[in-house]
Amino acid sequence: MTIATIDTLPTTVATELARGRGGGGPAPKRIVVAYGFWIFILSDIVMFSGLFAAYAVLSGNTAGGPTGSELFNLRNVFIETMCLLFSSYTCGLGALSAERRQAGRFLIFAALTFVLGAAFLFIEASEFAGMVEKRAGPSRSGFLSGFFTLVGTHGVHVTSGLIWLIYLVAQVVVKGLRAAVLRRLLCWSLFWHALDIVWVGVFTLVYLMGDFR
Amino acid sequence: MLGRLSWAAIPLDQPLPLYAMGVVVLGILAVLALVTVKGWWPYLWREWITSVDHKRIGVMYVILGLVMLLRGYSDAIMMRTQQAIAVGNAQGYLPPDHYDQIFSAHGSIMIFFVAMPLVIGLMNFAVPLQLGVRDVAFPTLNSVSFWLTATGALLINVSLVIGSFARTGWMGYPPLSELAFSPDEGVDYYLWSLQISGIGTLLTGVNFVTTILKLRAPGMTYMRMPVFCWTALASNLLIVAAFPILTATFVMLLLDRYLGFHFFTNDAGGNQMMYVNLFWAWGHPEVYILILPAFGVFSEVAATFSGKGLFSYRSMVLATLGICILSFMVWLHHFFTMGAGADVNAFFGIMSAIIAVPTGAKVFNWLFTLYRGRIVFKTPVLFLVGFMVTFVIGGLTGVLLAVPPVDFVLHNSAFLVAHFHNVIIGGVVYGALAGYNYWFPKAFGFTLDEWWGKASFWCWLIGFYLAFTPLYVLGLMGMTRRLQHIPDPSWQPLLLVAEAGAIVIFCGILCQIAQLYVSIRTREQRLDLTGDPWNGRTLEWSTSSPPPAYNYAVLPRVETIDAFWHKKRTGRAPVEPAYENIEMPRNSPAGFITAFFAVVMGFALIWHIWWMAIVGLLAAAVTVLVAGWSDEREHEISATEIAQMERARLGA
Repeated sequence: MTIATIDTLPTTVATELARGRGGGGPAPKRIVVAYGFWIFILSDIVMFSGLFAAYAVLSGNTAGGPTGSELFNLRNVFIETMCLLFSSYTCGLGALSAERRQAGRFLIFAALTFVLGAAFLFIEASEFAGMVEKRAGPSRSGFLSGFFTLVGTHGVHVTSGLIWLIYLVAQVVVKGLRAAVLRRLLCWSLFWHALDIVWVGVFTLVYLMGDFR
Repeated sequence: MLGRLSWAAIPLDQPLPLYAMGVVVLGILAVLALVTVKGWWPYLWREWITSVDHKRIGVMYVILGLVMLLRGYSDAIMMRTQQAIAVGNAQGYLPPDHYDQIFSAHGSIMIFFVAMPLVIGLMNFAVPLQLGVRDVAFPTLNSVSFWLTATGALLINVSLVIGSFARTGWMGYPPLSELAFSPDEGVDYYLWSLQISGIGTLLTGVNFVTTILKLRAPGMTYMRMPVFCWTALASNLLIVAAFPILTATFVMLLLDRYLGFHFFTNDAGGNQMMYVNLFWAWGHPEVYILILPAFGVFSEVAATFSGKGLFSYRSMVLATLGICILSFMVWLHHFFTMGAGADVNAFFGIMSAIIAVPTGAKVFNWLFTLYRGRIVFKTPVLFLVGFMVTFVIGGLTGVLLAVPPVDFVLHNSAFLVAHFHNVIIGGVVYGALAGYNYWFPKAFGFTLDEWWGKASFWCWLIGFYLAFTPLYVLGLMGMTRRLQHIPDPSWQPLLLVAEAGAIVIFCGILCQIAQLYVSIRTREQRLDLTGDPWNGRTLEWSTSSPPPAYNYAVLPRVETIDAFWHKKRTGRAPVEPAYENIEMPRNSPAGFITAFFAVVMGFALIWHIWWMAIVGLLAAAVTVLVAGWSDEREHEISATEIAQMERARLGA
């Protein structure tokens, strides 16, 4: 029995049958990349769940400092939320344009997404600055530590999403919408939509419930 | 300019750390000088440092784990010696401050930089081969993962020379680890080295889940995967689900320490028990991240060396995935004494007893696999038998500790120390050593020496029982863990036995070094020319030893479980297949360069050198962006070249 034998036997695998049970052989690269990135996003959401849990535990620990309802401005947060949700819509339109190889349309939607994302960040930054000014910074109480860390981590993700978007737009401009660039765009849009999902949690648990408290 | 860093950080006034430091620095300089004099740098850079080949990366992980084992062991023998002599009026030779650093470093290093690299190294080496594919899903990312792990290992060892390490134990519980009680750089060394290596581990998890679920040879359905791949899948799912919790927890403690947040502080609404909860929500799955691949190794070893298929493959798979899920439901048993109340403690006590059931089922699977098999008693089988006995004892003491009233008595005692060493040495370490002996011929093309291998096994087995059985007894006698001074002279005889056990374990490590040395010297007589030295069952034994860079010239077709065994039974005479062009990933320095800047950033953050931290972070980010720009990550090997290489290989 030699080592070459195994490769040479005629195959009797009924590939159609085998595929449903995972026997269809290595998946194409696009699937592998997107799947891997999904797993990464899942891990990122687990990290956020740690921060959510910490916020939930500490949300009542104001140590004599201001509470959520004293600090949050729901009107601004609503505008902020709309910016982010709408940016996901433009992101989706951009992804569809990229799939159809319409580079011009893609660039327009990418620019819109960037502007909406930047607007989100601007509102968040001014909210943070206003709170620090009112002596309600993260070191004031356990509640505010949890708040700034959870919301701030989301903000850091949005910031890196915007940097990544610029980087990908540069790739589209230089290289065009070729397969490798399309795979990266797919990952980026998964990332951007996932940030929306996290924000829905933040909006509900932090701002709505905080204002209600 | 240099933050907190000054000449005072180098312990010139303490002779013991100074000697240790001198030996380590001289050793590193000697190795670097040897490599330079021999002119090995181009070879190392080309074939190893920039390699993205999963087999090379796996070997580097195992080397890292074995080197760090020496460091972790030095800490262990120092502690054992201190406890054996610092009894009654004697104070021993380690002052409390130094002793505290040693037990903290011992735990951190053994878990994060010995057990993890050994287990991840074996998975890296074996999983793509067993799946019948050419590499992992993301080969460059794999190299980044390895080098980030190495970064963490380097930073934790820098603390030996510059500054001091944490004195907070390997869990780093607040409030002790908060700035108010640990103001110097020790805890920062701990946090940054584990944070950076943790990112590497997380990326490994993403990579391997994708590899196992999306890249398998044609015909390899889920229920035809080798058991080691199943355990690797479960382990990496746990990495993906658990490591982000540790990242988030350490981020919170870092914010407390660096920016005055109040997550775990005593004042301003912090809650230190939250750290303990979050830490163990990662920490208990971590136990299974380590042990599940060891179970996988033992399953392969049991089947291969008894010449039988694994008994009840399906129940083994079910038990593995059952443990994977249950491992997230038992974390509170690490702190029953927190005072969560009888109902909560009862729930976690019952869950902890339940998780022993699938593990027990596995032990029966191994026993029935061996039963009536034609067992070949090679070194890995000895580790298997030693493991089955030792691990069952460790598991049973664990079930005992899972009973809350018992735990209230034994919490933080030497009994606990004995229990977790019982399962980690008897499970993870024996498993890693079995895997090392088992796959070594596949990696290097020659077998390891059996005599020295068996000698190392007996030392590890006898040494373990001598070192840790006394600790069970001492724990029942009331001795708590982490004692720098022993108040009760009646404990000394047992501590001396434990010291002797630690020395026997050292003999085991020496035997392994001798085994490697002797095997390399006599490799001409122990060449593995068939690629199948153990009459193996799974696909990795169907290719040559060592395998070509592309693993398989033509991807194997899988029709059954134990695919290679089946083909050997039903095989026909070899016919040369039609070779096709193969796309292989190119080497990339991205991992090494990213890790270099991660070292710069980590070191700067530990010492509050802010400009340097920003430079390191930006440089690492730019490295990632530059590496991510390229589309030319593969090179093609033509069918003609493959045919030439294969003919040369098969002719030889």
